[in-house]
This record gives sequence, C-alpha cells and structure tokens, in this order.
Amino acid sequence: MKLLNKSLIYLTGAFLVIIGVWSIVFFIDLKDEIRDSIDDGLDNSRLLIIEKARDDTSLLTQNEFGGNNFKIQPISGNPGKRKSIYKDTLMYRLNENELEPVRILNTVFKHNDTYYKLSVISSLVEEDDLIEDAFWNLLWLFIILIFSIVIINNVVLRRVWNPFHEILNRLKTFEIDKDENPIAINTQIKEFRELQEASNTLMRHSRETFIAQKQFTENASHELQTPLAISMNKLELLLESGKLERREANTVAEVLQIIERLTRLNKALLLLAKIENKQYRDHQKIDVNALVKKYINDFQDFSDFKEIGVEVLGNSAVEVFMDTSLANMLFSNLVKNALFHNIKQGAVKIRFTETEFEICNSGTDTSLDESSIFNRFQKGNTDNGSNGLGLSICRAICGYYGFKLTYDFREQKHCFKINFDKTV
Amino acid sequence: MKILVIEDEKALGDTLKTSLEKELYVVELAGTFHDALEKIAIYEYDCILLDIMLPGGSGLELLKELKSLGKSGNVIIISAKDSLDDKLKGLELGADDYLTKPFHIAELNARVKAVLRRNNLKGSYTIDWGNTILNIDERTLTVNDEEVYLNRKEFDILNYFLLNKNRLITKSALAEYVWGDQIDQVDNLDFIYYQIKNLRKKLLYAQADIEIESLYGVGYKLVEK
Repeated sequence: MKLLNKSLIYLTGAFLVIIGVWSIVFFIDLKDEIRDSIDDGLDNSRLLIIEKARDDTSLLTQNEFGGNNFKIQPISGNPGKRKSIYKDTLMYRLNENELEPVRILNTVFKHNDTYYKLSVISSLVEEDDLIEDAFWNLLWLFIILIFSIVIINNVVLRRVWNPFHEILNRLKTFEIDKDENPIAINTQIKEFRELQEASNTLMRHSRETFIAQKQFTENASHELQTPLAISMNKLELLLESGKLERREANTVAEVLQIIERLTRLNKALLLLAKIENKQYRDHQKIDVNALVKKYINDFQDFSDFKEIGVEVLGNSAVEVFMDTSLANMLFSNLVKNALFHNIKQGAVKIRFTETEFEICNSGTDTSLDESSIFNRFQKGNTDNGSNGLGLSICRAICGYYGFKLTYDFREQKHCFKINFDKTV
Repeated sequence: MKILVIEDEKALGDTLKTSLEKELYVVELAGTFHDALEKIAIYEYDCILLDIMLPGGSGLELLKELKSLGKSGNVIIISAKDSLDDKLKGLELGADDYLTKPFHIAELNARVKAVLRRNNLKGSYTIDWGNTILNIDERTLTVNDEEVYLNRKEFDILNYFLLNKNRLITKSALAEYVWGDQIDQVDNLDFIYYQIKNLRKKLLYAQADIEIESLYGVGYKLVEK
C-alpha cells in the first residue's frame, strides 16, 4: 500500500471521529443557544403583553391562542409564587397538519386584584429537521475534507516526496561496477538529507569492497604469473636434463601438467577480472561468420580426431562491434566448448540469423542445468582438463556488450545461443 | 651470441640463463634497473630479455633508453602483465616481441631465435641439421637434397622442433605454437599425436638423420639418430 493511501486511511478515520464528536457538541450548544434566544423573546413578549393589557383590557379575554401567540386566563385566588416557567411542548400546526414542537412560557400576573395566567408560545426549530440538515452538511464537509486531502496529498505531498523518489530511483538503478556520482538531490528536508547521506555512504562502501575484491583477483593472478613461470621452466629444464629415472620423470611430468593447468586457470581468472574491470575498450567491427569459420578451421585437427561433423547453416552476415580479443575469446570458447564436450562421431551445428548466433552439439544425453552452467567452476562430470570457467567467460563477455547468451537442450543437442540485439 | 636477461626474480633469471646457455649463448643477468642500465650502456647484446616491473624503475624506461641508443630492435619483453596497452607501448618503443609469463622454454627459444634471425638477415633463411634442411621462407623441407612434402601443421611442428634442437617441447607448448593460444584449454591433446605420427613417418621414409622422441608422455624432443 502506498504511503499516501495509508495516511489517507488514518486521516479519514480521524476526521470521522473528530467531526462526529464535534457535531454532537456543536448540536447541543446550538440547541441551547436557540432556546436561550427564544426564551428571551418569550420574556420580552410577556412584558409587552402585560404592559399592553393594562391599557387594553380586551386582551385579558384572549383565553385561547387563536391566531396570536399568547393566551390569558384568569385564575381564582392567589397562586403564590409568580415565577415564570419555560417548557417545551407540542402543539397542532394547521399548516403542517401535525404536532410541532413549541416553546411555552407560563407566568402569572396580577391586574386589578385579579390574577391571570399568561402563556406565551414561540415555535421551536424542528429538531429532527435540524439534525438531518446538520448531518448532510457535515457529511459534505467530511467529503470535501477528504477530497482536499487527496488533492493535497497528490499535488503537494507528492512534490514534497519528490526527493525521496529520486533517491529511491538512484538506488534502484545503482550499478556497483559503474563509476557513478554520489546522489546529490537538492532538498531542505532533514530526513531526506539523512537518507541521501546514508545511501551515499552505503554505495561508496559497496563500491570500495567490490573494487578491492576485483583488484585482489587481478593482483593475485598477476603475482602468480612469475612463480608459475619459474616452476614451469625449472621443471621443463629438469625433464630435458635426462638425468631422471623414468618413474621420477613421470612424476615431474605430471607436476608440470598440473602447473600448466594452474597457468590456464590463472589466465582465465585474470581474463574474467579484466572483463569485469571493463579493461577492454578497443571496439571494432567484427565479422562473426569469418571468425567462427576461422576457429572451426583452427580446431579442425581436433574435430577430425574425434570424427565430429561440423555444419554451418544460414548465411546471414552477422557483424558486431566488439573488442577483438574478447570476440576471439567468446567465439573460440563456444566452438571449443561444442567440440570438447562432444562425443566421438558427434555433430556440431552452427546457425546464423540476422541477430543470432547458435551453436549446438551432441554430448551427454541429459540437459545441463541452465541456472548453473554459466557459474564459475561449474564442471561437467567427464572432463578433467577444463577449468569450469569457459562459459563464465562467455557470459561475462556477452554481459559486457549487452548480448543475451542462453542455453537449451533440444533434439538431444546442447545449444548455446547469442542474441546480439540489445533491445530484446 | 650474447644475451642479456633483465629480470628481478633471481630464480627465473637463473632458469632462463641455464636454458639459454644450453643453446650456447653467452648469457648475462641484470636484476635491477640500474644494473641493467649500466650493462646496456657499456656492452652490446644480440638479444635482450626485458622484464617490465623492475626494482628501481620501469622496463619501459629502459626501452626508451635503448631506443635512444638505437639498440631497441633486439628486445623481447617478458612481462607478467598480459595487457594490450603494455604490449602496444612496448612494441611502439621498438621492442621486437612480447612474451607473457609464464611461458614455455621452447617458446622463449623460438622467439629468441626469431629475433636473432631478423637481426642477421642474409639470403634465404634455413635451419639445417644433418641431412635435413628446412627453408623457412619457402616453407619447404629437403632431406638428402630431395624435397619432402609437408602440410602446414607438419611444417610448423618441424620448424618448432628445429628451433629447439635436443630440447623438451611439451605438448601444450607445441599446441599453442601450432594450433594457437585458443587450443590451450583442450582437455585432451591426443590429437597432436596424429600429426606427430605423420611427421615421423615422413622423416623415416625420407631417411632423415633426425627423429622425434616421446618424452614421458608430457612432450617430445627432436634428436639426431
């Protein structure tokens, strides 16, 4: 749920309670005030009537309300107390054809030694009407308030929250391997400034860690080159000295092969580190068809040895902009992969379309795990000489250029496909 | 032939020296920038192996110095850095070749010979051993004055062997030289054997004085019968 909506729900609830309570209090107050005012009016009428009755005794005979708002009835004897009494009552109203609430003032006055009871009335506000009116008015007020809040939220608050969304966007699109500037949103709001600072610190830390790790791989690989060179060359010299017993020589030969493997592994790691460090920038137009043909040719001896049939389908010319050495690495790895993980008398099918390159090879009868084959050091079971980095390198290179490298297993063939179309 | 090895790692320097002396070169070692600077200023060398990262200064500085002395044409850079930038910079400064560590001894021999050959160019270039003559420029093999047909791979293999007479050539060194860098991750180098077998047959049939010996399953050696 969006923050705006959440706050809207809370505000709606709060307004409902506040307006509800307030309207009850207001209604009671209003009613009291109306009564007060009516009572004053009644009192005033009483005085006026008593005054008038002194001069115009005919009034004293007005013992029914009739069309007037008072009646006077003589009473026998002394009623004693002469306090005015106000009360609410109901009277029949001709126009409305029903009983309506009225305020009545009952009082007693003396005229020429006779006591009279005077009743003065004034119509009261109809309470149910008042409540109904008030209810509708309050409901409108409530709706208007909620609408105003929605509008304010959407226009004003959204603007207020803008820095937050900007920071969020930067964090969402943050790429650790890109040299991005720190977030610099211009805002006066303390919380957002703090968020911005915290985000920048976090980004800087992550990047530093990432760079340190990358540098470690690269430095370690570089530093290993010389010791590897020494070991390799010393063992080569030892082997060719001819002074070794056959068994010793075999052991040395094995160690030498292991060092060669180590060298290849080191080279591959170094290459990966370099791709990730984006150290390849010599982008040129590469004729993929020619390049692939070259590698098929280069590995001809190997495919002949394994009796693998290589077939190239489709003659769409595929050209891409890539660093030459990376292009070499990518396509030689894929061709090599298809040949080396093949079976004797197997097949390799290469297909070119406008935007795609696909290479399929026979091999194991079961599909490989697509989610892990591109991971580093993910090895098949049968090969012991491969370092498990070939496909990682391919993926790193494709990733570097925004190409899509996918694997699928169909018709008993392992297929690797590169889509060069960056828009897909 | 006099060769200077400029390498700060003593163990590697010594190994290179031992290996190069087997080819009957006179080899001198320089372990630091200043040591090297002194030597190149005073002596003349037919070939210089130059490490880029040196205590006291960069190998590229030495290369500049050599260039100003007009002696940079016989330099082979040996560096742990396999970076294109360094390579280009080195070659721009006049270095003849660039070899990335670690390298096979056979490869170093081949490169050194190539440098020496380029600097002593006279007539067509051949390598001969006994009754066998390999003409590099015309890519032909002659045994007992009779031409023996070799395919491209066989020629490259024999060339590599002749550049490394009596030396061990590991299968992977041979594969890299003949089939290119990309072959190096092959899990199985047995396919090399077929080319070797054919080459052996041809040498035997032509009654050459040389033969290819297998060495402990790790490589081969070209020897005189």
